[in-house]
Amino acid sequence: MKRYVLRQLVQLVVVIIGISILSFGILYVLGDPVLLLLPQNAGKEEYERYHRLLGLDKPLYVQYWKFASKAVQGDFGKSWYADTPAFRLVLERMPPTLYLTSAGLVTALLIALPLGILAALKRHSFLDNLCTMIAVAGQAVPIFWLGIMLIIIFAVRLKALPASGYGTWQHFLMPAFCLGAFLAPITMRLVRSGVVEVMNMEFIKTARAKGVGERMVVIKHAFRNACIPVITVLGLQFGQLLGGAIVTETVFAWPGVATLAVDSIRNQDFPVVQCSVVLLALLIVSINFVVDMIVALIDPRIRVGA
Amino acid sequence: MKVLSAEGEVALKEVDAVIAAPTAAQVSLRRLRRLKWGLAAAAILLLIVGSAVLAPWLAPFDPLAVNIRHRLAPPAWLEGGTPQHLLGTDQIGRDLLSRMIFGGRVSLIVGVASVMISASLGVLLGLTAGYFGGRVDWTVMTLVNVTLTFPFVLLALAVIAVLGPSLTNMIFVLGIAGWPIYTRVIRAETMALREREFIVAARALGMSHARIMLGQILPNLVSAITVIGTLQVAQVIILESFLSFLGLGIQPPTPAWGNMLGEGRVYMLNSWWIAASPGAAIFITTLVINLMGNALRDWLDPHMKL
Repeated sequence: MKRYVLRQLVQLVVVIIGISILSFGILYVLGDPVLLLLPQNAGKEEYERYHRLLGLDKPLYVQYWKFASKAVQGDFGKSWYADTPAFRLVLERMPPTLYLTSAGLVTALLIALPLGILAALKRHSFLDNLCTMIAVAGQAVPIFWLGIMLIIIFAVRLKALPASGYGTWQHFLMPAFCLGAFLAPITMRLVRSGVVEVMNMEFIKTARAKGVGERMVVIKHAFRNACIPVITVLGLQFGQLLGGAIVTETVFAWPGVATLAVDSIRNQDFPVVQCSVVLLALLIVSINFVVDMIVALIDPRIRVGA
Repeated sequence: MKVLSAEGEVALKEVDAVIAAPTAAQVSLRRLRRLKWGLAAAAILLLIVGSAVLAPWLAPFDPLAVNIRHRLAPPAWLEGGTPQHLLGTDQIGRDLLSRMIFGGRVSLIVGVASVMISASLGVLLGLTAGYFGGRVDWTVMTLVNVTLTFPFVLLALAVIAVLGPSLTNMIFVLGIAGWPIYTRVIRAETMALREREFIVAARALGMSHARIMLGQILPNLVSAITVIGTLQVAQVIILESFLSFLGLGIQPPTPAWGNMLGEGRVYMLNSWWIAASPGAAIFITTLVINLMGNALRDWLDPHMKL
């Protein structure tokens, strides 16, 4: 187990360094921040002065080192628009994003777990086929369109729910459903194939041969083992989930990190963009790490095999 | 000696019925049924592609022609609609059906072109990683992990905000971002193939590494690449439409399903049809591509796990 944890930790550090290089690249390699900051009629001298002021005349690795050593301390520079540190701006927007992703994840699980297990236990039944069909169709629905249609139906026509914003539990319903519907199809299919695989294993047959009741077989023997692929997949899906959250946030004007990032991209406010990209990526990496650890704890094959 | 009670035996029989492996006939029947779905999907896709290619001849109106007098006309089957504008008109009186037909061009071009970029990139990296193993493998897989943990939607938005929105930039960004999925699958398959006799023989014959990878291994992976590529086209189409929806993709007045949806969102209070039909187009296109991809998978390689 120790060796496994160590190896995963090394991998984690390498990935984090990779993320920092990529997000450094967004600002410094692709665009010229001086051109964005200065008015268009600025002279050459002024350009040079700002160029030096921002440290852009130094070699790239020096610039990267400066960026990385500051970023580790939570200093991503000040926002070019609001006169506040980018890090604080992004942190303030973090809780709504976390609430939304958790709510979306729970919704997805509420849909996917029972349907996936049922479909696996009654393979090739009408219910199974129906679930597969819904899942295939669900994967093709663009969630921003789903969000708009939900707003049209529930907010505009029925006036039952607020169209956008944040605060009460009513504000949560549509975004959470939207995000859940985005994640549920793929989760359901993975739960189904996980359970199917486990149900065909020898130890299930043994349990049945011992005379264990079918309900106990499913709950105690099958489900616990089927949890392993499900948890792994959910961890890997977290990146997807955050991607979906970005889309959902923009549709429902949810005051999270994603709307902040999208607004900052429109305003070309690069410190904020950089900071939110780094923090979201760090969130995904650390959740993946935790998931790996949990799976290794449940499943001895992984830590021994590694 | 009777080990099982009568009850237990009945239970076992029922259980057996649940988990019994399907017979060969059942399997081929199911494959045929899915193939039928795939063929139907392919026919619909052909229709969509055909109408996009033949757009200038099929579209009843110029997609950019403004007609303020007929603005916000509902679809023909609703009250106030005219048979002239089958799907109605938008806020400045442009014919929605014509814009839909032309809009499909953008989605399909971006989808196919960027999948070609990411497939070539991902396959090459996957082949190299799987074939050489060791450090090369480690480096490539770390790159895969970094890319997968990056909040890709934000990255794409940031890059496009810097480079400026245009068709080529969009193809480039979406193409660069999609490679890890190919690399993961191709790497695993290459690792398995590497040990087979014909590769050992090729090496003994003195073939170069490049020739073995491209001439001996790659042909065995064509079906896997085709299936992933097909399914990825659908993903790219959804992403492209989201970027256009946010106003960071194809710029108006050029019609694209995504930016039509974005424009329609403003008018959804009274004129829901402007947003509804491009959304439906995205949904149907991705659905038929997914169905076709699934059928292709069954047809080309029933054992492939994706």
